[in-house]
Amino acid sequence: MSEWPFLDIVVFLPLAGTLLIGLIPRARVGALRIGALAVTVVTFLLSLGILMNFDTGTADFQLGTSVEWIPEWGISYITGVDGVSLWMVMLTTFLMPLSVLASWSVERRAKPYFIFLLTLETGLLGVFVSLDLFLFYVFWEASLVPMYLLIGIWGYRNRVYAAMKFFLFTLVGSLLMLVAILFLYFSFPGSPTFNYQELLGTPLSLGTQRLLFLGFFASFAVKVPLVPLHTWLPDAHTEAPTAGSVMLAAVLLKLGAYGLIRFAIPLFPDAARELVPLVMTLAIIGIVYGAAVAIVQRDMKRLIAYSSIAHLGFIVLGVFVGSIQGMSGGILQMLNHGLSTGALFMLFGALYERRHTRRIADYGGVARSAPVLAGVFLFVALSSLGLPGLNGFVGEFLVLLGTFFRYRWWVVPAAFGIILAAIYLLWAYKRVFHGPITNDANLRIPDLRPREMVMLAPILVLIAFIGVYPKPFLDRIEPSAQKVVDQLRDSSALPEAAVGDADAP
Amino acid sequence: MNDTLLLAAEAATKEGFFTQYMWLVPLLPFLSFLAIAFFGRRLPGKGHSVGIAAIVIAWVLSMLGFIELASGNAAVQKLWTWFDLEASLELSFGMHFDFLAGIMFVVVTTISMLVQIYSTGYMHDDKRYTWFYAVLSLFTASMLFLVIANNLMMMFVGWEGVGICSYLLIGHYWEEKDNSSAAIKAFITTRVGDVSLLFGIFALFLLGGTFDITELNHLAEEGEIAGTGLTIAALLLFGGAVGKSAQFPLYVWLPDAMAGPTPVSALIHAATMVVAGIYLVGRMFVVFEHAGAALDIVAIIAALTMLLAAVLALVQDDIKKVLAYSTISQLAYMMAALGVGAYTAAIFHLFTHAFFKALLFLGAGSLIHAVHSNNMSDMGGLRKFMPHTFKTFIIGSLALAGIFPLAGFFSKDEIIGEALRAASEGRQVAAWIVLVSALVTAFLTALYMTRACVKTFWGDYRGHGTPHESPGSMVTPLWFLAGASIVVGFLGFPVIGPFKEWITVPGHEHAGFSTLYNIILPIASVALAFGAIALGVLLFHRNRFRYDARSGPFGWAYRFAEHRYYLDDLYLKGIVRPVQYKLARAAYWFNQHILDGVVNGAGSGTLGAARGAYYLDQHVVDSTINGAAGLTGYSGGLLRYIQSGNVQRYAAVLFAAIALFVGVFALT
Repeated sequence: MSEWPFLDIVVFLPLAGTLLIGLIPRARVGALRIGALAVTVVTFLLSLGILMNFDTGTADFQLGTSVEWIPEWGISYITGVDGVSLWMVMLTTFLMPLSVLASWSVERRAKPYFIFLLTLETGLLGVFVSLDLFLFYVFWEASLVPMYLLIGIWGYRNRVYAAMKFFLFTLVGSLLMLVAILFLYFSFPGSPTFNYQELLGTPLSLGTQRLLFLGFFASFAVKVPLVPLHTWLPDAHTEAPTAGSVMLAAVLLKLGAYGLIRFAIPLFPDAARELVPLVMTLAIIGIVYGAAVAIVQRDMKRLIAYSSIAHLGFIVLGVFVGSIQGMSGGILQMLNHGLSTGALFMLFGALYERRHTRRIADYGGVARSAPVLAGVFLFVALSSLGLPGLNGFVGEFLVLLGTFFRYRWWVVPAAFGIILAAIYLLWAYKRVFHGPITNDANLRIPDLRPREMVMLAPILVLIAFIGVYPKPFLDRIEPSAQKVVDQLRDSSALPEAAVGDADAP
Repeated sequence: MNDTLLLAAEAATKEGFFTQYMWLVPLLPFLSFLAIAFFGRRLPGKGHSVGIAAIVIAWVLSMLGFIELASGNAAVQKLWTWFDLEASLELSFGMHFDFLAGIMFVVVTTISMLVQIYSTGYMHDDKRYTWFYAVLSLFTASMLFLVIANNLMMMFVGWEGVGICSYLLIGHYWEEKDNSSAAIKAFITTRVGDVSLLFGIFALFLLGGTFDITELNHLAEEGEIAGTGLTIAALLLFGGAVGKSAQFPLYVWLPDAMAGPTPVSALIHAATMVVAGIYLVGRMFVVFEHAGAALDIVAIIAALTMLLAAVLALVQDDIKKVLAYSTISQLAYMMAALGVGAYTAAIFHLFTHAFFKALLFLGAGSLIHAVHSNNMSDMGGLRKFMPHTFKTFIIGSLALAGIFPLAGFFSKDEIIGEALRAASEGRQVAAWIVLVSALVTAFLTALYMTRACVKTFWGDYRGHGTPHESPGSMVTPLWFLAGASIVVGFLGFPVIGPFKEWITVPGHEHAGFSTLYNIILPIASVALAFGAIALGVLLFHRNRFRYDARSGPFGWAYRFAEHRYYLDDLYLKGIVRPVQYKLARAAYWFNQHILDGVVNGAGSGTLGAARGAYYLDQHVVDSTINGAAGLTGYSGGLLRYIQSGNVQRYAAVLFAAIALFVGVFALT
């Protein structure tokens, strides 16, 4: 165990970094960028300390701090990471410097922009490490506002509508969760506490569990998002500035899946078990529906947004399928989707900066003028559609295998999702990068610049690395994933043997 | 009995020097891919020198490994764990180098080497020359990886890898929309099969608890895995093979795949990638044998495919499409052989076909290079202009038609002979169907190749300019392959050829290869082929009935074939368009009008409440307990609500403190 409280430093460093940004005069945009980059890079480097000190073999929470905050209310400051949150923390710190690089063209009100970006980082990291429900809720809401402002101020034409929609959806969900948190707080038999680990054993009747689960679920399902609560996502994605889209897709959506794994299932396992068919149905609808709707999109960012809905459907499917393969695959896929979709938004953001249009039809033949950009885009698209050897396959494979083991026929519609993914991605790729150049503007598109290469290269390396050697990632995920699976699958209700034998002829 | 087992065990543990290092063979082209992709333009020959050097070394290693196999060595090794989940799942990278893999290694490295040499001429002026070589290397690496895999998951990785390389190369000339569409069509169609394959692998894992190929075959043989589950698993695997090896009903992508550069068609869409399905069924042969009706279904699908494709080869004008349908038909030959249990004959045909079909494709490439058109209507009389191409193409055609003593004769006859034996030995229905369609297909094969040769090499030249023979870099591989098409058949010479010793199924005395030779059958089949050639000359050279084809009494059949049995239309209008235009659009309409309508409608309806919450959240710094209570008061004023108001206020104060802190600095 390290002497340094890496985790807490990492969480608050970006917020402290806003001080640094605050000292830089608003006119010096270059210095603001460098400052934001420096803060996020240092945060990332320090977060490597979390990774290095992480004990692989255990499902327990590690590296955290526990101090009382408002003892008379049972509120504490408790943090910690396990296999579920470790990669989410790493993903956030890893992508943030890259998002700063993707924001290089932000000239207008750069100072508040970077301040909100850094605040967002602390909010997101806080959600992933909080082990006190009150603390969690504070961070949960705190992550909402900077994103709302990023979309609402630095977004595209329809930004106000999109930001408002994003805010209202999430807020309504959050309020239901808040009610559920408070109900749980008051149901706890001992002295009142928001401590997550103590609340885990709260005795609740099935009916109460069901209601509370739905309260949490409402909030998380909006964030994931599960169909039909997804309609805020395409608007938010489309209107957000590039870095906003990147963080939204890569990390913010994971808050929902993370919440389901961390809170909804362990706190209310009986209700979760009972509602598995409902959640799985929604997940599978999301997979097919998201993919089908992605096919007909004319706006590239909307297309990527709908592909996210399909991918997140896979993640939720894996989480709720109740097998270690599904759970591990789902958690790994959270990381994978963050990398792939983050990179797709960065790449399209780069293209947008060159052509200032999101309409697919305005492109065509871009591979001729920007071959490296085209090649990198294809590489990332292939990762997104689950090509073996790249990261997406490993997670998708585990989710499908886990689903296949437990619910034979549910896998069939999910399989359609795989085929549809190939269709919408390759078709979009064809329309943007292939074919004759019909619009003269596409003749002079500059290829990737060094800054953009630097921003993308780490992601590309990770995409290939996870695809070829996912073992270090899965090894850290597995113990914690197993714990949640055990919580979801009451061993008395579903004996392992019966499941294993169900198919033997 | 014990002694033979011991001997077998010893033989298996005895490893040759080179066989242990066979994993280097896929690695070399992979490294050359990386080198070319990253530094290609700065490398000598704009990348081709690295690619060719790597494949030549890989070829030498493969040959050495094969020679060691022939002297009784085999290698099975687990190299490293890819990923695992404790006690429930383990995926490893490992190699399994036996004769089946060895034969494939020889085929893949040989053809790949020749194609890469040939391409220095054919692709000379291509603007993506370097990229082309990079992808060729990646393809070769993936294909070898697929072959050497000791478990199904690793094989699946290679399987998808070759698929994506195929996609990239079919779309090589992507400036034309059609080529890019053909690439997508190939990828999606095969992916339908791939999903089936993946679930077949899952099903086998569920039944047998392992992905290991040897173990699964062993479990099937011991009866540890059996029954309907196994049949379903085998058929799901076969679904993958149907996609990759272009069998009915998924063969539609292969003719379109001819949009790629011709050397690619030779390598990927004739000699190597498309035989991956045959290789898969061959690898899992024991599983298929024990999987109830699975092999019969394989046989019947293959029998249907070979006929359908052979007929279509008769009505094409594009020379590459003739060869593409011919490939489908010949792949079906191999698949049918597996279906009737003729394992060795199937692999033998795979082996010989690789050489003469690659030869025909490279020959066609040479023709296209000279006349700048794929269409035979732009060719004619080329034997005078291109003597080397002419001679080698004729050798390839005769080999394909199964004329003694060329390679195709031996392998095709083995299949027909085995089908006859299977028909007489009990698995009647499927075997009879295979036998009849194999004979009819043999006839049609000779007929369509006669047509193609007549239209390209005889008559008057109908194209533009004066065609010239291709450069040495292209002609040399043609002669090499022509030589191979003449000699490799003798490896499987009836009774004495060594091929049947190489390719055997464990636990079988004879693995579907003749030990006694029936002389009637080869004479009959060669007579059939000559009859077809004679008829072809009459029909196409003398133009006897040519113009009657469309309007004659069988005009409807001709038109039916011309439209590829409307199968492509069925897929396009029956599946693709409805999904693309109807289903996806309907979903999107639902999304925009119903869901979003509800959202926006309910939004404005509940806007008051939502705004209240929003207001609360935003202005909470200034608001008081009274304000919060007032807002929530009208909804009942219950204790719980007041509590929630309090706590949220508390949370919001904390948050607002942060926001304020941020805001102060933001405004300076």
